[in-house]
Amino acid sequence: MPDTLVALYVFVLSCFIGYWVIWGVTPSLHTPLVALTNAISGIIIVGALLVTGLESAGTAAEIFGFIAVLLASINVFGGFLVTNRMLAMFKKKDK
Amino acid sequence: MEISANTQAIAYLISAILFILALKGLTHPASARRGNYLGMAGMVIAIIATLFGNEVQSYGFIVVGVLVGALIGTVLASRVQMTAMPQLVAALHSFVGMAAVLVAIGTYLNHDAAGTLNTVMMGELSAGIIIGAITFSGSVVAFAKLQGLVSGAPVKFNGQHALNAAMGVATVAFGFHFGMTESMTSLILMTLLAFILGFTLIIPIGGADMPVIISMLNSYSGWAAAATGFTLGNLLLIIVGALVGFSGAILSFIMCRAMNRSIINVVFGGFGSDAGGEASAVGQAAEKGVKSASVDDAIYWMEDANKVIIVPGYGMAVAQAQHALKEMLELLEAKDVTVMFGIHPVAGRMPGHMNVLLAEADIPYDHVMEMDDVNSEFPTADVTLVVGANDVVNPAAKSDSSSPIYGMPILDAAKSRQVYFLKRSMNPGYSGVDNLLFYQDNTSLIFGDAKDTIEGMVSALKGGGH
Repeated sequence: MPDTLVALYVFVLSCFIGYWVIWGVTPSLHTPLVALTNAISGIIIVGALLVTGLESAGTAAEIFGFIAVLLASINVFGGFLVTNRMLAMFKKKDK
Repeated sequence: MEISANTQAIAYLISAILFILALKGLTHPASARRGNYLGMAGMVIAIIATLFGNEVQSYGFIVVGVLVGALIGTVLASRVQMTAMPQLVAALHSFVGMAAVLVAIGTYLNHDAAGTLNTVMMGELSAGIIIGAITFSGSVVAFAKLQGLVSGAPVKFNGQHALNAAMGVATVAFGFHFGMTESMTSLILMTLLAFILGFTLIIPIGGADMPVIISMLNSYSGWAAAATGFTLGNLLLIIVGALVGFSGAILSFIMCRAMNRSIINVVFGGFGSDAGGEASAVGQAAEKGVKSASVDDAIYWMEDANKVIIVPGYGMAVAQAQHALKEMLELLEAKDVTVMFGIHPVAGRMPGHMNVLLAEADIPYDHVMEMDDVNSEFPTADVTLVVGANDVVNPAAKSDSSSPIYGMPILDAAKSRQVYFLKRSMNPGYSGVDNLLFYQDNTSLIFGDAKDTIEGMVSALKGGGH
């Protein structure tokens, strides 16, 4: 099977997982859900690292990659930390 | 140290599983924090596996980028006000969009230099750039609207949708041309048009539809990551992109359902614009006039009540009344009154926004109920206190088929024995629709700033009753 087709398989199956997992999320946590998905979409940092770190990368690619690394890491750190901050606020009674 | 491609693939798989478990953790507040930590672990594993893989050879730019990004992200996350969470989220979406564009262009440059471009890759690259650019400029518009930098009102003009459609077609056409011919000009034109398109797609959407816009852009940012994954042949990016894309799509669906509107209707037209003629029922009710009440009247009913339901809306957050509400909650519970909060899905500026604001005020989450659960409680409630909400309790949504909000699911506040509305003025809500509940016999309005009013109630309750 060609690589692109493998990628398509993975994509479609992941969509199903996403569908079922997300419907299980309690509506009271929808804001943390948005913040958390924001953090994990910072996974684009992996792409940015691959572009920037390539040995043969030209200056232009390095600069584009650098900005992408910077933006994506704002997402990663900002997203996870703000999610954590919000979730810490959700308390039960008698706590 | 360098790890093999196989080791890296296994690490990515573990990382993907951790992300799925992280989202799964949000099923309940009790497991949510653990879920977030699993997500962090997944990210750390993914980044380390990438850095130690054989593709990444130079680290200078990377280290500086990560450190600066970490600093900015940490400062943003620790300083942001909970009321401003939608703005932060919009800003973060725009970063993902821009990163996707930059990664795609960088990939193009690297492969162009190495002479390894092919048509499939250029197609995937174009998709990444288009989705990423739309995400970026759309999020910038959303941010500007939320932050009040531009008016939240929908911007509309004749031929708008035709223009957007034409630009959309042109963008895709340039993408195809680029894929066929490697024309740099087409690549640049496609990118520019996609940026413009993101802007023009979001400006006609009104401020009242912010929860939908936020969810939609959340979804786009996921698809942008997935498209990047296709470009790079990176399965982890594809998996995560699909998860995030679906998350945003489902939230958009939930928000639209809560307004009884289709996504098409939200995307193509601001709310209230198609209000057809005078709503007859509202007109009749208006002749009856409204009753206004004092803080003491409301307290008289509330302190002897068995059950009080509080319906907060974004107005509560604007007035910063949630901390005073927490105090009132404690005082009423000390008098053996059951107090619960009823939340409409579209209350606030993003999905679940009210829940976070109440949690911030230390209001326990087991007091906070979703629409379907709280609606069975209203008929037995003695008092419903509506704080800064409006359209979400308007019975016109059920009874007046000429109302623009007809068919929208609402909180049945009208069914409780007494309804007290905390209002600043008689101005209608976001939708511009008059509220039938104002004119109901068991409804009274308490005019004034919500925070001042609640604080007045708190001191009246402390005063030991009447």
